[in-house]
Amino acid sequence: MTDTQIIAPVPAKAETPFAQFRAEFFESKIAVGALITLGIVVVLALLAPWITPQNPYDLAQVDVMDARLPPGEEAFSGYTMWLGSDGSGRDLFSAILYGLRISLAVGVASGVIALFIGTFVGLFAAYVGGRVETLIMRFVDLQLSFPASLVALMLVALLGKGVDKIILALVVSQWAYYARTVRATALVERHKEYVEAAICLGLSKARIMFRHILPNCLGPLIVVGTVQVASAISLEATLSFLGVGLPQTQPSLGVLIANGFEYMLSGRYWISVFPGLALLLTVVSINLVGDHLRDVLNPRMKK
Amino acid sequence: MTVFIIRRLMQALVVVFLMSIIVFFGVNVIGDPVAMLISPDADQAEMEAAIRRLGLDRPIHEQYFAFIKGAATGDFGRSFIFGEPALKLILSHMPATLELAFTALFLAVAIGIPLGLYAGLYPDSPISKGIMAGSILGFSLPTFWVGLMMIMLFAVHLQWLPATGRGDTGTFLWFETSLVTRDGLSHIMLPALNLALLKISLAIRLTRAGVREAMGQDYVKFARAKGLSPRRVILVHVMKNILIPVVTVMGLELGSLIGFSVVTETIFAWPGMGKLLIDAILQLDRPIVVAYLMIIVLFFVLINMIVDILYSILDPRVRLQEQGA
Amino acid sequence: MTEILKVTGLCTHFFTRAGVVKAVDGVDISLNRGEVLGLVGESGSGKSITGFSIMNLIDAPGRMTGGRISFKGRDLSQLSETAWQDLRGNRIAMIFQDPMMTLNPVLRIDVQMIEAIQAHEKVSRTTARERARDTLGMVGIPAPDERLKAYPHQLSGGMRQRVAIAIAFLNKPDLIIADEPTTALDVTIQSQIIHEAQKLTRQTGTAMIWISHDLAVVAGIADQISVMYAGRIVEHGPTDYVIDNPRHPYTYGLLGSVPSANKRGARLFQIDGMAPNMLALPRGCAFGPRCDRAVDVCAAAPGMSQSCTQKFRCHNPVPEAVKVAK
Repeated sequence: MTDTQIIAPVPAKAETPFAQFRAEFFESKIAVGALITLGIVVVLALLAPWITPQNPYDLAQVDVMDARLPPGEEAFSGYTMWLGSDGSGRDLFSAILYGLRISLAVGVASGVIALFIGTFVGLFAAYVGGRVETLIMRFVDLQLSFPASLVALMLVALLGKGVDKIILALVVSQWAYYARTVRATALVERHKEYVEAAICLGLSKARIMFRHILPNCLGPLIVVGTVQVASAISLEATLSFLGVGLPQTQPSLGVLIANGFEYMLSGRYWISVFPGLALLLTVVSINLVGDHLRDVLNPRMKK
Repeated sequence: MTVFIIRRLMQALVVVFLMSIIVFFGVNVIGDPVAMLISPDADQAEMEAAIRRLGLDRPIHEQYFAFIKGAATGDFGRSFIFGEPALKLILSHMPATLELAFTALFLAVAIGIPLGLYAGLYPDSPISKGIMAGSILGFSLPTFWVGLMMIMLFAVHLQWLPATGRGDTGTFLWFETSLVTRDGLSHIMLPALNLALLKISLAIRLTRAGVREAMGQDYVKFARAKGLSPRRVILVHVMKNILIPVVTVMGLELGSLIGFSVVTETIFAWPGMGKLLIDAILQLDRPIVVAYLMIIVLFFVLINMIVDILYSILDPRVRLQEQGA
Repeated sequence: MTEILKVTGLCTHFFTRAGVVKAVDGVDISLNRGEVLGLVGESGSGKSITGFSIMNLIDAPGRMTGGRISFKGRDLSQLSETAWQDLRGNRIAMIFQDPMMTLNPVLRIDVQMIEAIQAHEKVSRTTARERARDTLGMVGIPAPDERLKAYPHQLSGGMRQRVAIAIAFLNKPDLIIADEPTTALDVTIQSQIIHEAQKLTRQTGTAMIWISHDLAVVAGIADQISVMYAGRIVEHGPTDYVIDNPRHPYTYGLLGSVPSANKRGARLFQIDGMAPNMLALPRGCAFGPRCDRAVDVCAAAPGMSQSCTQKFRCHNPVPEAVKVAK
């Protein structure tokens, strides 16, 4: 069947790896669209206190008389509630942006902490090798045989509520993915010629690990990182919805959706649906960006 | 083969043992059992009495051995809320959860594999692209939110199916199940579909990838060169190769279905052990939480082991490696 | 002698994103009953695609874009897919290159053989099984009853290729297309397989197209040889003539690069350059850029010339007097 091989023309090389990466990334319209959406979501969340018509958690600004207004209705204080209001009269648009802040903060914080811990453990395992490596990776495999959501649920069951506890639960349930990725990549890199050359030069093992091998793990780490942040956000929302995540004083999107749940059966869909759409937009756009990043950064996909 | 099964059993025992340590110390070291168990406005004497009664004043390893001894005999203590043995409560809620999980698994396989097969056979057709887009959504959408949307659409808006609860149950063989009554079926529809969504997406992706790979293989071309009908090529030559890995992975997902049912059961008020767990967490009913965690661990380990063994029986290639090893 | 297969002007093109690949571009083949044709060329020359085109087993993005295939006097171009299924494995069978890949790993040998019989004939499983066993015996497989119950991975490579050959012969076809059937095997097994195939074609009167990149292998089995380069046949003739007195510089080069005892110590001939990029074939003669006999006229594509003994596609052929050193 060797006859069927078709030689594809070699693509013109961009000047720098980054420029080449950028060019390849922007080839996909879906990914660019997702990136723009994600950018808008992040900016809106960051600017929430300055662009929302009300601070939904400042009791002086919330009027119970405005409770459960359908979308587009005008509030007592005069502005239009484009997305309606919730059970205690908060403007949903404002509440969603404030909720996004919390959801994103929790997701990114736990993602970054898990990334650091996982990277360190993975590198350490590849660095020491031998029995310690086997032991660490056995543990990683053991944890990965349970779904992250279940691990997180177990942890909150043991730890209780609170932002710090949720972040801890998310970190513990996710660090193993990074550890496995880094260790796998490090193992591949360790046997490459440039590492052997570095060893011949007499560079210290630690220096080789951090200066030579770690930079090569960045690609896979970024890919795993985007997917994990998305799943952390989604997981936090799930836990909060179940009532075992963030408390009412930290109303993330999950908490908002949970609060709207009771009104859903009576047809007041918007209290749950709009925060859900915001969550959806965030998670799906991160996943789409991550999906495309994997295609671009994964050398196996490139012919 | 026997050696393999024994080795696999040993591994499973080690995992269960490790997890028992983690769960126990998780409860007693990370979490503060005193704070979890005793109301904050209890006075000093009440607190000390409670600590003694629960054995919390003894050294930690003694507590652990007491816990293991209890766990081995099925004694995880009594529920604070219901006053019944925790294990008994969980076991009584288990059939509802298993019923839900197995129905979801069935749906995932019955819907996911044919869709994946289609998408793999005709990768460029618009329908296939639709299927794949759907599976990406299935992966990205949080289960609980999809559940809400399903309730809103099918129960509130269209009023086709009931939103919550488990319907009438009937007896089939010696099981009590809602799958044999009309009312029961209509109640299980939405939650099972909700629980299955993620796994449908998974089955679609796995099947599609497998079909795409198999279709390019020489043995498929050789089968065509033998003059077999496309039907036989696909159903026998392609599917037989794909089904083994796909079914293996789907079997492994049964554990996660049981775990995930926590979310689905909460949304649809399905009276299974997941709902029991959430209620227990919210009401700080620690014995139930601990018993649930241990049972879930046991489930996972058992399922992984059974699937592993089945896989090695099903796939002739693995069988040979085992003989050679 | 009756003509079994006649292919005229066969074109099979692949429509890729990078452009159209003319994998097979105007190939003629004529084959009589019981005759063996050696189809020789390097990777990418289109020889396997020619074989698959005759079986109508070209997948997208490839398509047969021109030419006529007639089999036992019947034009195959208008055949329906069911008629093709009837033909494949029944009147025209195929043997593939890599025996590790051609048998389905999860099906037992008997299943794979019986289905090949039952696809074409209404016979009972027992009859089909008996025939499968007999055919296994015919291709020199010891203890065929046990082999029938085996899975492919339990057999050696040579044994699997024998099974594949047995499957090809199961329905006593008129034509077998063997696509590099010995390339993936050890040399000792290679000669056994060639011997077996030769014996079977003689016994059954089956015609065969033996596709190979190895002229030495083909020389031992074929009655006629067609040499392919870049999707076209560049030289064709009876084996002895082509081997003894190649006219096309490419054939000459191929023969010169075969090592042999008589040439020990002498420098082997080598063809310069690499196989052409099928997306951007050189203008004129596709072999031109690698040819040491190229002249100005080679900028125009050469037509087929005919000598008393063979046909060749070259403006400046190797003179008849020049023989290949053996």
